[in-house]
Amino acid sequence: MNRELNTGVFKFILNELKPKGKLITPFNIIALITIMTAAWILFIRFTSGLGSVVDADQSRPWGLWINFNVITGVAFAGGAYVVTFMVYILGLEKYRPIVRATVLYALLAYIFYAGALLLDLGRPWKVVNPIIGNSFGISSVLFLVAWHFILYMGSLFIEFLPAIAEWATLKRQRKFFASLTLAVVIFGIALSTLHQSGLGALFLMAKPKIHPLWYSEFIPVLFFISSIPAGLSLVVVLESIGQRVFKENMSFLHTSSHRKIMFSLARICTISLFVYFTMVFLVFLHGKNLSYLNTPWGYWYLVEVIGFVLIPCTIFLYGYRRLNLQMVRIAASLTIIGIILNRLNISTIAYQWYSKSLHFPTWMEVVVTCAVIFVQLLVFRWIVRRMPVYKESPSWIKEDMENKSFKIKNESINLNTRREKWKVSAE
Amino acid sequence: MGVDRRNFLKALGVVGSTLTMGKTFGATPEKTKSDIEFDGILFDSTLCAGCQNCEVVCAEHYGFPLPEDVPEAGVVRETSEKRRVAINSFNTSGGEFFMRKACNHCNEPACASACLTKAMLKTDEGPVIWREEKCMGCRSCMIACPFDIPKFEFNSPNPKINKCRMCFELLIEGEKPVCVVNCPAEALLFGKRRELIEIAKARIYADPENYNHAIYGEHEVGGTGVIYLASVPFEELGLRNDLGTVAYPEYNKTFLYSVPAVLVLWPVFLLGLSSAAKERKLKSQIEEES
Repeated sequence: MNRELNTGVFKFILNELKPKGKLITPFNIIALITIMTAAWILFIRFTSGLGSVVDADQSRPWGLWINFNVITGVAFAGGAYVVTFMVYILGLEKYRPIVRATVLYALLAYIFYAGALLLDLGRPWKVVNPIIGNSFGISSVLFLVAWHFILYMGSLFIEFLPAIAEWATLKRQRKFFASLTLAVVIFGIALSTLHQSGLGALFLMAKPKIHPLWYSEFIPVLFFISSIPAGLSLVVVLESIGQRVFKENMSFLHTSSHRKIMFSLARICTISLFVYFTMVFLVFLHGKNLSYLNTPWGYWYLVEVIGFVLIPCTIFLYGYRRLNLQMVRIAASLTIIGIILNRLNISTIAYQWYSKSLHFPTWMEVVVTCAVIFVQLLVFRWIVRRMPVYKESPSWIKEDMENKSFKIKNESINLNTRREKWKVSAE
Repeated sequence: MGVDRRNFLKALGVVGSTLTMGKTFGATPEKTKSDIEFDGILFDSTLCAGCQNCEVVCAEHYGFPLPEDVPEAGVVRETSEKRRVAINSFNTSGGEFFMRKACNHCNEPACASACLTKAMLKTDEGPVIWREEKCMGCRSCMIACPFDIPKFEFNSPNPKINKCRMCFELLIEGEKPVCVVNCPAEALLFGKRRELIEIAKARIYADPENYNHAIYGEHEVGGTGVIYLASVPFEELGLRNDLGTVAYPEYNKTFLYSVPAVLVLWPVFLLGLSSAAKERKLKSQIEEES
């Protein structure tokens, strides 16, 4: 009996591991070549040191892997905490179809982008030091960010567990996992608030090195606020691509609600981008930086703030007012570029702005960065084609759901009778 | 031999008094950490002749290659993963002067507060040291240091951070840093930081014509262990005058202090919000049904 069960599980996993869909596609070939090249580059990196691969030197110690993958990439995983906030905390059911895809994207983003940190660490074999407790640098912002990454990865994984349970037909476990969701969502939002802003706080002590137009003591707040439109814009782009690529894996509910959700997200993006712009403007006034505006750095600053914050904000506004999906998608892409610019400006471009030497990432750095993104997308695709992410949940869920709605109804009746009682007693 | 009443009481008294007063009686006052004063180094640029002896002895002591270049005005020689101290030449309004570049051993070092493994450590004695067994090579000390001092071995598979450690291992044996001992011009002076500041002030008072009336490092970035004297404004000698007097870890404090508050208040607020939303949902459901 037991043996049968084991072989059953084994067969199931073996069967699921087989690729679904065409193997030889342009995407797969490009991804494979990039990943193979990256593996070779990483071999060089671990045998002869970071400097042989990365454009980083003593004055700019962090290269593309930290500044793009970790600091920028994590901002775009911010969609998960915003969407779970709307669905589980505010009870806005219309966003429910996109919850799983968003959470899955964020989970993979954290795994692979925080994983990219390991590639960049000079002494990665010491990575357990801040975790196992013999050397807690509790006054360090990075210590906080590292811990929050780990805890948040766990939270996102638990949020995604019901989907895995549905895939593997684990009825009882699914129920248990689903019961954890609210607690984990609340915990996750608190963690996200702190580590999204914490990524900005990493640069607080680099005050003399960052151009005054980008440095302010409010960097953490700006990082947090901007992670909202960043995360949601990525959801817009991801969903729009998903509608085409994963057509056959998509439930009717998901396809039919797409337009409505996109316009609602566009509305939130407009508001959050406008709030972000207002705060950037206030910080600019507060810093008395007017004199810097008429310099090349000032023009570059205006390109970022006007061109990639204010303009996408207005395009979003027009997009949802005129119900033009194309405009919403363009605005989302512009927002994404704007946030990438902002993070790279602070961490790379306007960092050591007074130094005369120009810095560009090496091709090897770029290849590894792309490979990390490719691996993330491949794993995303593998999961989406198997687990109910865009797909409808299996039919046995419905019984559960009916039970639940029955419970809710019961609860509501209870609540109603209780109210009546209070009324009576009050009178 | 039995225990009689008298002996029992005696023993009780002795035990009791040792237990309650043992620490105050007899024990010589031990030095607590707060009693130890920070060590420091005073660099008087009016005395430095640019002989590079400090560079040579430091390289010899720690096994780095000997310097092959000489200080030259207009060229900035940086410290590196193979050099812990660098002497630079500057053509100033008062003629040619030399300035020393090495770790300043800040009172409240940014590097140590940026370090998530406590690999960078401000010792009780004053030197800021790097500990190999703790470091994971994240290089946030390099991002944080306002003087750009920690240097990283980018071309090694087992990279280390290189920076001056004020010869900490010699210090705890009662010796002085090798650069100070071997400075022929006596431009370097080792001692308690407080005393060095007094000496520096005394030098300025004794020879007010010769000195710029300020001590670099007395207040900069919250005070540094290495302090500097010069006869010209410090920025002419390549020292930054825009670093402020706030200790760098202060810039993080607002953020770090808000962490526990957010972790406690946010979930409570969210929980309240979710139950409010749930109630609203129920209400609309009830209305729909009726």
